Amino acid sequence: MHSERAGMPLRLLAWGGLAFLHAPILLIVVYAFNTEDAAFSFPPRGFTLKWLGIALGRADVLEAVKLSLQVAALATLIALVLGSLASLALYRRTFFGKSAISLLLILPIALPGIVTGLALLSAFKALGIAPGLVTIVIGHATFCVVIVYNNVVGRLRRTAHSQIEASLDLGADGWQTFRYIMLPNLGSALLAGGMLAFALSFDEIIVTTFTAGHERTLPIWLLNQLSRPRDVPVTNVVALLVMLATMLPILGAWYLTRDGDSVAGSDK
Amino acid sequence: MNLALEHRTGGTAPGPRRRLANLLYRRPGLYLALLLLPPLAWFGAVYLGSLANLLWQGLYTFDDFSMAVTPELTLANLVALFNAANLDIILRTLAMAVAVSIASALLAFPIAWYMARYTRGRMKAFFYIAVMLPMWASYIVKAYSWTLLLAKGGVLQWFLAHLGLEPALLWLLGLPWLGGSTLSTSHLGRFLVFVYIWLPFMILPIQAALERLPPSLLQASADLGATPRQTFVHVVLPLAVPGIAAGSIFTFSLTLGDFIVPQLVGPPGYFIGSMVYAQQGAIGNLPMAAAFTLVPIVLIAAYLAIVKRLGAFDAL
Repeated sequence: MHSERAGMPLRLLAWGGLAFLHAPILLIVVYAFNTEDAAFSFPPRGFTLKWLGIALGRADVLEAVKLSLQVAALATLIALVLGSLASLALYRRTFFGKSAISLLLILPIALPGIVTGLALLSAFKALGIAPGLVTIVIGHATFCVVIVYNNVVGRLRRTAHSQIEASLDLGADGWQTFRYIMLPNLGSALLAGGMLAFALSFDEIIVTTFTAGHERTLPIWLLNQLSRPRDVPVTNVVALLVMLATMLPILGAWYLTRDGDSVAGSDK
Repeated sequence: MNLALEHRTGGTAPGPRRRLANLLYRRPGLYLALLLLPPLAWFGAVYLGSLANLLWQGLYTFDDFSMAVTPELTLANLVALFNAANLDIILRTLAMAVAVSIASALLAFPIAWYMARYTRGRMKAFFYIAVMLPMWASYIVKAYSWTLLLAKGGVLQWFLAHLGLEPALLWLLGLPWLGGSTLSTSHLGRFLVFVYIWLPFMILPIQAALERLPPSLLQASADLGATPRQTFVHVVLPLAVPGIAAGSIFTFSLTLGDFIVPQLVGPPGYFIGSMVYAQQGAIGNLPMAAAFTLVPIVLIAAYLAIVKRLGAFDAL
């Protein structure tokens, strides 16, 4: 039974499914290098790198890229700190309210983005905080915490607690134990969690539409472009860049955690 | 353990960092509280505070004439959710979420089954990455790509025309429930986009559930005289249900709250998400928008209660 080959229909369905998942992505790659500047013509006419240069020379594109990078970096930083603290607190001990806390961490991605987005917007309005970089970062950090938490808690559960006790017994203080025992163990899990959080933040659009005010992150810039068909070629190039910017960290995170760790992308 | 610590620290006077480490080791409650303080402060103040504020705002009064919000409490917004027009929006969104979940499960199952049973080593890693990359590739770019695919004169139409399948497309678009004048303005088009975007979220949990299914069960079933079909219905499917249920949490709740795809593809008419967005933005009726967010919250809570019984949480 084990060595048996899959039947033809099953193989067709499985490989067909993969093709279905990748066709729209390949299409973005094809269109980014299309010479045609009119909208949706198919098949493409020719190959050019012209639009790449034009897109990278546009001030509005660069502004959006800069803002998205800033937001993702800050949100990832906050998520790394809060997510690590939460995982250190929750991975071993059981105490009253523990499951409530883990539910609380998941809630921002379990509830639809419109709920989180509108809740933050109404709170910012009530407190008189003007929307901008800070409000976007607050929103993103909130739903990125659980990504870091999942990665770090998985690693902690596989790390023997006796190592920490041994370190303390041998006279290391808390900082030394953290620096020389726990951090080397957690390093790649933190890196993987950080990369996933970065990708999630870089790509987020629904919460951001509520918290961004007049600021435009790269996904919001793209969304606005869709109602303006005049510069489709630039949109195509930026779409390709955004896709690469989110896919590469994912590959990196997979590579870092592939040895039987908690599956990096198991939830978003 | 404490004995050892005391012995060690008995000789020379320990430095402050060492004393702190000892204190935290002896008082795990304090250690725990210090660890939990920052994340709990963040989630309590930022997240729960905002949610509570949102639900509270749902009770505020919106004056249609002055377009102003006053903090007089009323249940009018909640009652208004049951208007014929609003019920229509809720049902439309709900029907789409259910249809998308079912279709994703049907498409995902063969892929997950193939991954779990017929791939190993490098091939399994290849399939895993091949499912994970589209899952994480930018949401807005995937939605954009589908507007290119479905557009009039776009890629899909080109392929259908070359395969001579255009009459079939016209026939499909003529059906009342799928209808629309073109693919990109039809329910069918919107449904395709949703299924595409959330499909990987269904594949991975099903694959994980099937991965845990011991091959000996299938041999036993065959030995006992079951046909492959009987084995599938009575052995494989029941054990895959938790995975399907777990995947459907994503497909259901992500479809329910979306407002970008309905805006880009499909016929006019609000979804829950687009209604919330329009109420707070163009209309400026934050209380009604807040009341509307209760709908996905309640629906998802009810859905989670159902799938919990199917074992979805063990398969997450």
